[in-house]
Amino acid sequence: MTVVVVGASLAGVHAAASLRAAGYTGRLTVVGAEPHEPYDRPPLSKQALTGGPDAYPLTVPCPDVSWRLGRTATALEPGAVRLDDGTVLPFEGLVVATGAAPVRLDPALCLRSLDDARRLRRALAAGAERVVVVGAGFIGAEVAAACRVRGVAVTVVDPVELPLLRACGRLLGSVLADVHRERGVRLELGHTATSVEAHGVTLDDGRFLDADLVVAGLGARPATEWLRGLTIEDGVVTDDTCLAAPGIVAAGDVCRWPSATFGALLRVEHWTNAVEQGGYAGRRLLACLRGEPAPPPYDPVPYLWTEQFGHLVQVLGVPAPDDEIRVVAGDVRERRFVAVHGRAGVVRAVVGMDWPGKVRRLRALVAGAAPIEEGVPA
Amino acid sequence: MLYLKIPETRYSGWCAMRVTVDYNLCDSHGECMTAAPEVFEIRDDDKLYVLDETPGDALRDKVEAAARRCPKLAIALADG
Repeated sequence: MTVVVVGASLAGVHAAASLRAAGYTGRLTVVGAEPHEPYDRPPLSKQALTGGPDAYPLTVPCPDVSWRLGRTATALEPGAVRLDDGTVLPFEGLVVATGAAPVRLDPALCLRSLDDARRLRRALAAGAERVVVVGAGFIGAEVAAACRVRGVAVTVVDPVELPLLRACGRLLGSVLADVHRERGVRLELGHTATSVEAHGVTLDDGRFLDADLVVAGLGARPATEWLRGLTIEDGVVTDDTCLAAPGIVAAGDVCRWPSATFGALLRVEHWTNAVEQGGYAGRRLLACLRGEPAPPPYDPVPYLWTEQFGHLVQVLGVPAPDDEIRVVAGDVRERRFVAVHGRAGVVRAVVGMDWPGKVRRLRALVAGAAPIEEGVPA
Repeated sequence: MLYLKIPETRYSGWCAMRVTVDYNLCDSHGECMTAAPEVFEIRDDDKLYVLDETPGDALRDKVEAAARRCPKLAIALADG
C-alpha cells in the first residue's frame, strides 16, 4: 500500500503526520517542489522582515516518510503521479496539498516562499529607502508595516477602497487604514499600478511613484495545473469529507469544499485551515483505504489573524465586503473592540482587534449560524 | 511530541500527560480553547489559563489537537 502526498508545506505535512498517527503503516512519500525542509510561512511577512530569523522550520513529527524535496509534480495520471525528473510514483491513496502560487508582477518581488523572503530581506538590508507595495491584502499590509518598523518610506497601491477588505471586512479594513496612515504608510487606494519597473510604479492617473524596491502582494492562485481527472474550479473541488475522487483527498490552500455552516463552497488560504484540513484529510484518506466509514464532514469555522503595528487582528468565520457590521464590545477609537458580521441576518464572522478572549467566546455565534440579534448586547 | 501514540503497556493501560505553555510565545489566539475547552481557557483578561496541567488520557486527542492548532506552537505535551 502506498500513499503519496504532493505538497510538503503545512497541509501536506499534517496529512502525513495524521496518517501515521491514525495507524497507517504502508509506504508514505511526500513530494515538495521547494528544496527546503518543510517550514512555516506566517513569520516570513512579519518577524523575518523585522529582525527575526529568516527561517522557521516545522516541527511536526512524520515518522517513516520518504521525502522527495525539490521535485515538482507535473501530472496526475490514473493511480500515479509523474514528477519533473520523469519519476512516476504509483499510489493507492493520494493527498493533493500543492497550495497556491503567488500572482507575479515582475520585476516586483513577491513574498510566498522562503527564497522570496530571503530576497526581500536582502533588498531591505541593502538599504532600500522607498518601497512601493502593489496590493493591500495580507502580504501588502504586513510588508508595509514591517517597512515602517524599519523606518523605511512605503506606499501601498490597490484599486480596493480599504486594505484587507476582502479578507477582513469593512470595519477592520477602515481601522487598519487609519493605523497605517498614522504610522506613516502612504495609502494610494482606489488606484491601479499600470506598469511596474524596478525603479518605480506608474499609476492609472499618470503619476509615477519612485521606488528602490517594489513588492507585489496580489494574492495567489491554487496550484492545480498538474491535475487531470478531478473537478477544478478555483481549486480542487471535493465533497464534504475532502474527497476529490476515490482514494484522492485535498487539503489546504488548494482545496475547495462544501461548508455546511456557510452553505457554500469555501477555499481558505490561512494557516489554521491548512493544519486542520491536512490532519482531517489524512484520516479521511485512511478510512477510504480501509473501507471504513468517513469521519463526520469537515465543517470548521475558518480562523485567520494578522499582526500589524503591534495589533493582533482576528477573524473567525467568513466576512464579505457588504456585510452588516455591529460592534458588540469595546471601542473602535481605542483600537480594542469586537464586532459581528451579519449576512441575510445570520452571523457569518466575528472580528476583533486586541481582544482575543472576547473574539474566542463569540465563535459559537458563527459555528451555530446564529441570528445577528443574538450577538448584539441588549 | 505531537503525533506519537505512547504505547499503553508503559503505564498499565493509561498514560499521564503534562501540559506546559510557553507564555513568551502565547498570544491568546485561543485555538486551544476551541480544541480542548476542558483544559484551556482564555479569560476576560485575555490571558490563557491551563485548567488542568495533567489531563486524563480521555482528553489526549483534544489536547494534542490543541497543541497542533496553536499558531505560536506555545503548547508542549510531555509524559508524566
